[in-house]
Amino acid sequence: MAAYTLSPLRWLAVLASGALFGAGLALATMVQPEVVLSFLQLRDWGLMLVMGGAMGVTLVAYRFAPRALRAPLLGGGFDRHASVLDRDTVLGAAVFGIGWGLCGVCPGPAIAGLGTGNGQLLWALAGIAAGAWLQGLQAAGPAGPAAAVPAGAQD
Amino acid sequence: MNLLATLFPQGWAHYLAGGLLIGAGVALLFVLTGRVGGMSTVYSSTWSYLSRRPFFQQARFTDSRGWRLVYALGLVLGAAAFWWGFGPGAASGQAGGTAVPVWQLLLGGVLVGYGARRANGCTSGHGICGLGSLQLPSLVAVLTFMATAFITANVVLAVTGGR
Repeated sequence: MAAYTLSPLRWLAVLASGALFGAGLALATMVQPEVVLSFLQLRDWGLMLVMGGAMGVTLVAYRFAPRALRAPLLGGGFDRHASVLDRDTVLGAAVFGIGWGLCGVCPGPAIAGLGTGNGQLLWALAGIAAGAWLQGLQAAGPAGPAAAVPAGAQD
Repeated sequence: MNLLATLFPQGWAHYLAGGLLIGAGVALLFVLTGRVGGMSTVYSSTWSYLSRRPFFQQARFTDSRGWRLVYALGLVLGAAAFWWGFGPGAASGQAGGTAVPVWQLLLGGVLVGYGARRANGCTSGHGICGLGSLQLPSLVAVLTFMATAFITANVVLAVTGGR
C-alpha cells in the first residue's frame, strides 16, 4: 500500500466530495446536536432518512463502480471498507454510542459544523481528537517492522 | 399524513435530501479516487503529523493523512456554503450554536473519539460506508452504538429534565 498521491485534480476531487458530504450534513441539520439528540430520544425519526438515503446511494456506488470501471476515474485502485467482528469493534461501538448519546455530535458533524460558525463544536472536536489519541496510546502498536515506517512517506 | 407529522415534526424532505447528498459525496469520492470516505480515521491519521508513536506511524494513517485532511476541509466548506448560502445563516445572518453544555460536548467527544477509533468506524465509517458495502461487522457496530446512544440520551434526558 503506497501513499495516495494528491495530484491537483485529485485534490479538487477529494475537496468536492467532502463539500457534498458537508453540505448534506448541513442540509439535513445533522450539524445541530439538538436534532441528533431528538432522534436518540425518539422525538424525530429524521436521522433514519439521512442514514438510509446516504447508505442507499453509497451501496449503489460501491456495488457498481468496480464493475463498470476498471479503475477509479482519477487512477489508483478501489479501496474496500473491510471491518472485522471482534471485541474492539463491539466495545468501541458501545463506547462511541455512549459518547454520541451524551453530546449529539459524531466525527463528521464535529468538523462540518465548524463551517456554520458554531464555535461550541470545538469542544466536541477537541474531545474527539483527545479520544483518538487515548485510543492510540492504549492500542498495541502495529506488529512487526511496519512500526519503522519511513518519515518520507509522502502524501 | 398524521403519521408523517408525528415521526417527522420538522418535516422529512430535508433529511432525505441531505442523506442523498452525503451519499453523493461518498459515491463521488469512490468513483473518482477509489477511497472509502468514513470520517473518524482523520482523527487518528492527523496525529501522525505530530506523534512519532509507532501506532500513529502505521502506513494506513501516514498514507491516507493527506487526502483525509483535504476531505475534512471539504466538509467545512460544503457545510459553510449551504449554511451561509441557502440555510439558516443566509436568512438570519446567524452562526450555528448549541445549548448542549460544554461538559457534555467535551466528555461525549472523548468517548466518541476513543470508541470510534477502537471500533475503527463511526456513523459514517460503519453506518454509511460499512453498511454500503454490506459488512456484517458494521451492522453489529451500528446496532451496538445505536442501542447505547438511545440509552444514554434518554438517561440524560431523564436526569436533566430536558436540559
